Order: sequence, then C-alpha cells, then structure tokens
Amino acid sequence: MAIEANGKTFETDEEGYLTNLGEWEPAVAEVMAKEDDLELTSEHWEIINFLREYYEEYQIAPAVRVLTKAVGKKLGKEKGNSKYLYALFPYGPGKQACRFAGLPKPTGCI
Amino acid sequence: MSEQIKKFMYLNRRAPYGTIYAWESLEVVLIGAAFDQDVSLAFLDDGVYQLVKGQDTAEVDMKNFSPTYQALGDYDVTKLFVEKESLEERGLTLDDLMPLTYEDEDDDWAEKDSIKVVSRAELADIMEEQDVMFSF
Repeated sequence: MAIEANGKTFETDEEGYLTNLGEWEPAVAEVMAKEDDLELTSEHWEIINFLREYYEEYQIAPAVRVLTKAVGKKLGKEKGNSKYLYALFPYGPGKQACRFAGLPKPTGCI
Repeated sequence: MSEQIKKFMYLNRRAPYGTIYAWESLEVVLIGAAFDQDVSLAFLDDGVYQLVKGQDTAEVDMKNFSPTYQALGDYDVTKLFVEKESLEERGLTLDDLMPLTYEDEDDDWAEKDSIKVVSRAELADIMEEQDVMFSF
C-alpha cells in the first residue's frame, strides 16, 4: 500500500502505518486525516507532535493508557483523559494518532 | 479488573544485540503490562549488558533500543532485579547501568529507583515466589 502526499509516494504497511518512519512529513498526516474524514486542528497537532517527541525519546509508540497519562503530565489534566483524546482521534488516540505521526502501531495496544 | 493477580517474571540472560531476544523480551513486557499483573524483570548473565548506559549501535547497524527501558516506569513496570554476581563477573557496578526510575503513585509521585541489585541467592528466592516465568 502507499499514499500520495506533497507530490510524493509514501509506502505504508497493510494497516496504513508508514513503512519508513524517517520519510514522514506533516503533509503525510494531512492526507491520512483526510482519508479518515478528519480536519487536523492545532489540538490534533499538539498530540501528534507530542507522540513524535515521545518516540524520539523512548523509541516506541506508547500504548493508549501510557499516552493518556503522559499527555496529562505534560499538557495538563484537561487533555490527559480518554474523552478529550478520543474526541480528537475517534479511531483511537493510540492507533490513529500514531499513524498520522508516522510512528509504528503502539506497543501494548491490543 | 481481574480478581487474581499473578506474579510474572521475565528473565533476561543474553546480550542486547546479536540476537533478537532482548528486544523481543522488552516488547513482550510492554505488551503484557496492559494486563495488570505483578510484573518484575530479572537481568543476569550477559543480560546485565542490556542495562549498561551509553550504548551505541551505529557500527552494528541495529536500532539502539536502550532508551525504551526508560519507558518501563510509564508502563508501571517498576521492579528490575539485577544479579550482583553477574555484574561482578563482568567487571560492572550499578554505576555502569542506566539510572531507571518510576513515580510512586502511592507516595505522592516520588521518584524512585526501579533497579535493585540482588545476590544470586536472593534472586533465587524471588524466583521461587513467581507464578509465571518467561526466559529470554
């Protein structure tokens, strides 16, 4: 599978995650969001950027409960809860947001 | 959630690179952490090298996954036993290992050390208490 963004082709796996994480650019997230009928707002980007930083630091995509806790610590309690995160990413803040962020499927998401 | 909590221990006995065991073990630990069991990790034999600080894999062309051990605390995996004799036999001390910590929810989120150095005899006793052991 593959997606087209910014005039380039990006290879993805059978679940839609980028094959080569290093290729990611913001346009990839925009295209993936459009396919899921989502319009990315600054609130979405805050979480996507947070995930990319988390991956940079720990080399894994966090499971959703770990993400929720970490978001609460970094961005405040009103954002560190599943209601807020699921409102932004209806297909699951772990799976969907990690995909937009160019990360692999979260470790520990079943 | 579940009425019966079991004691799970993951044994890590091999060097981090060269085989896939160390990374696979870490992934299984992180996935298994979702099940709310009483999880501990043991590092012995060459497994103690998995926790050595300053790992650099540039020349072996493998992903350096040592930063992922820092995430264990977020996954509520807070008991890492390192065998004293295995460290000594390799000329290592606790100071050669990455400092790994967690925040204790029951103690006002105080930061605590996850790594505990135990003797071979103590580790044998801890193993005796386990319900399930995974050896990598």
